[in-house]
Amino acid sequence: MTQTVRRHGWAIGLFALLVLLLIITKLIQPGYGASGIGSLARAALPFAFATAAQVIVVIAGGIDLSIASMMAVTSVTAAAMMDGASEEFAVVVVLFVLLLGIAMGMINGILVVLTRVPDIVVTLAMLFVWEGVALLILRAPGGAAAEWLKGIIVGTAGIPGLPAEITAWIPKALLVLVVCLGIVWLPLRRSRLGLSIYAVGSDALAAFRSGVAVNRTKVVAYAVAGLFAAMGGLVLTMSTGIGAPIPGPYLLASVAAVVLGGVALGGGRGGLLGPIIAVFILRLVRTDLTLLSVDPNITTVIEGTIMVVVVILGGLVALRGRSA
Amino acid sequence: MSTGTAVAIPIGRRLRRFLRDQPLVPLIVLLVGLVIVLEVLRPGIVNERWIANTIKFAIPLAILASCQTLTMLTGGIDLSVGIVATVSAFVMATQVTTHDPAIAIAISLLPAILIGLANGIGAGVFRVHPLIMTLGLSLIATGGLQVYQRTVLATGSAIPDSLAWLGTGRTNGVPNSLVLFVPLAAVIILGLRRTGFGRLLYAIGDNENAARLSGVRAWQVIVVLYALSGLLAGIAGLVYVGLIKAPSLSLAVPLLLPSVAAAVIGGTSIFGGRGGYGGTIVGALILTVLTTLLTVLQVPEGARRILFGFIILAVTAAHVRITEDS
Repeated sequence: MTQTVRRHGWAIGLFALLVLLLIITKLIQPGYGASGIGSLARAALPFAFATAAQVIVVIAGGIDLSIASMMAVTSVTAAAMMDGASEEFAVVVVLFVLLLGIAMGMINGILVVLTRVPDIVVTLAMLFVWEGVALLILRAPGGAAAEWLKGIIVGTAGIPGLPAEITAWIPKALLVLVVCLGIVWLPLRRSRLGLSIYAVGSDALAAFRSGVAVNRTKVVAYAVAGLFAAMGGLVLTMSTGIGAPIPGPYLLASVAAVVLGGVALGGGRGGLLGPIIAVFILRLVRTDLTLLSVDPNITTVIEGTIMVVVVILGGLVALRGRSA
Repeated sequence: MSTGTAVAIPIGRRLRRFLRDQPLVPLIVLLVGLVIVLEVLRPGIVNERWIANTIKFAIPLAILASCQTLTMLTGGIDLSVGIVATVSAFVMATQVTTHDPAIAIAISLLPAILIGLANGIGAGVFRVHPLIMTLGLSLIATGGLQVYQRTVLATGSAIPDSLAWLGTGRTNGVPNSLVLFVPLAAVIILGLRRTGFGRLLYAIGDNENAARLSGVRAWQVIVVLYALSGLLAGIAGLVYVGLIKAPSLSLAVPLLLPSVAAAVIGGTSIFGGRGGYGGTIVGALILTVLTTLLTVLQVPEGARRILFGFIILAVTAAHVRITEDS
């Protein structure tokens, strides 16, 4: 028990912060309830997938600046393919788009390995490339999404065996998030491959000497990031009903959530839980400021300040840890 | 290595050594190649007027890229330059309606230096990764600029004649912005080579621990460096608004990624300790000519960005191959 607490200390602290924020929200807006949580989960979805994508690359010792652009590519692809197509065809579209995401991530990873250029430069270049691809697919926002897909993330889900009072508090969007992340992350985390990803991020040379296929592991990490980015892109199309070729603010938000979530930017440390809770915290802060009817522009300033302060505090903690 | 023994060295390695010692040569070859391709595609396009225009558009980019060059030498990066330049340009354009141009320019450079100072304190004192620090501050600055815009809605905006002269004007066919840029570039290039501050940047980028053990107060250097980077970005914004003549809330933001690209293409290592400003200037020229080339070819915006991305990647990969020790 104490070991679990110690291992997940950061995530538990974040969760406490989230609960505290929820209480504050309730104090600001006494009517805040199940519907508020539902819209929070829906708003957090694309951010959460972008963050998940960033987490796995950062753990593997890299950084992916092209995530928002990959989300734009998958979003416009899905919207363009579903435009005028039948509801059943959307299943094919979803599968195709997920494969597309994996392929894009693999291209990122292969380029990082082949060119031996730092990750940050390669993914900066690929940010341009994927943005261009998205613009070639759809010049302006457009396309459509199948009705059943849009329905997936709206409302609450009835879970058999649970009374309606409880399921009313569980939005479908949250379930979609947990299921999608769990299906990919949990098996990966427990596999040999997952261990290799941590090893490569921690010390690539030591991993190589211990017989880890460093290059292959890196490519896999980027491919999984591509898969998460594709999920994020699909969610964007689902929630808006169209695809937009201009990347959203997901890059910066994903890096902020990764840092706030306790994942070391140097690689090899951290998990998925902390950053995902961090995403909800950052979204909830935005909600609170909106509820307090703060000017949205000032909200941006406050959000940025919070992010910078969090990172500075993280730096201070790391400094003290080093000198101790 | 005397010339007598050089015969025995394989041509490939000799070429690589030459390219490593003279990193500017392949860049200039690439630049000339692009200009030749442009002339072949559109005979007659390359004339005095075109060259002047290219230089005019390359200069704000080159000044912004100087921020990237200087910060990259210490292993950092400054992703706030796009918004800092925009802030300066916008503040100047709105303040000039009530103040003297010189005072408006001074007022407008103040937020630029302050943002840079905050970047430097975060990166130097609190040891936050510059990428995160500058991204975070650009978010804050974006919001701050929008709040500021609300307070000056009624005042309108103007571009003082002096900045328009500097940004767009030509004297005997030579762009006036060179009056500012040539001394600035000379100061940066000589400053990096000859002054203690310049050498400290290389030393910190090469091995920060070694620099610190040798008695360098690294944090002071970093704070000054990022404040300087903010000031340079502010100047770039003023030159750019003199060229574009339409201040907006996103004026120079699209120049951010090209500014990183120009420094990277110019051979400055993003890991620090290697590079210089000469290559960056050629990199900015290459990017400007390339943009013209793609416009002439009527390449759609999407394909243009794709090509742009792959060129950054290919040039950097070539640099890694050439400069790494064999």
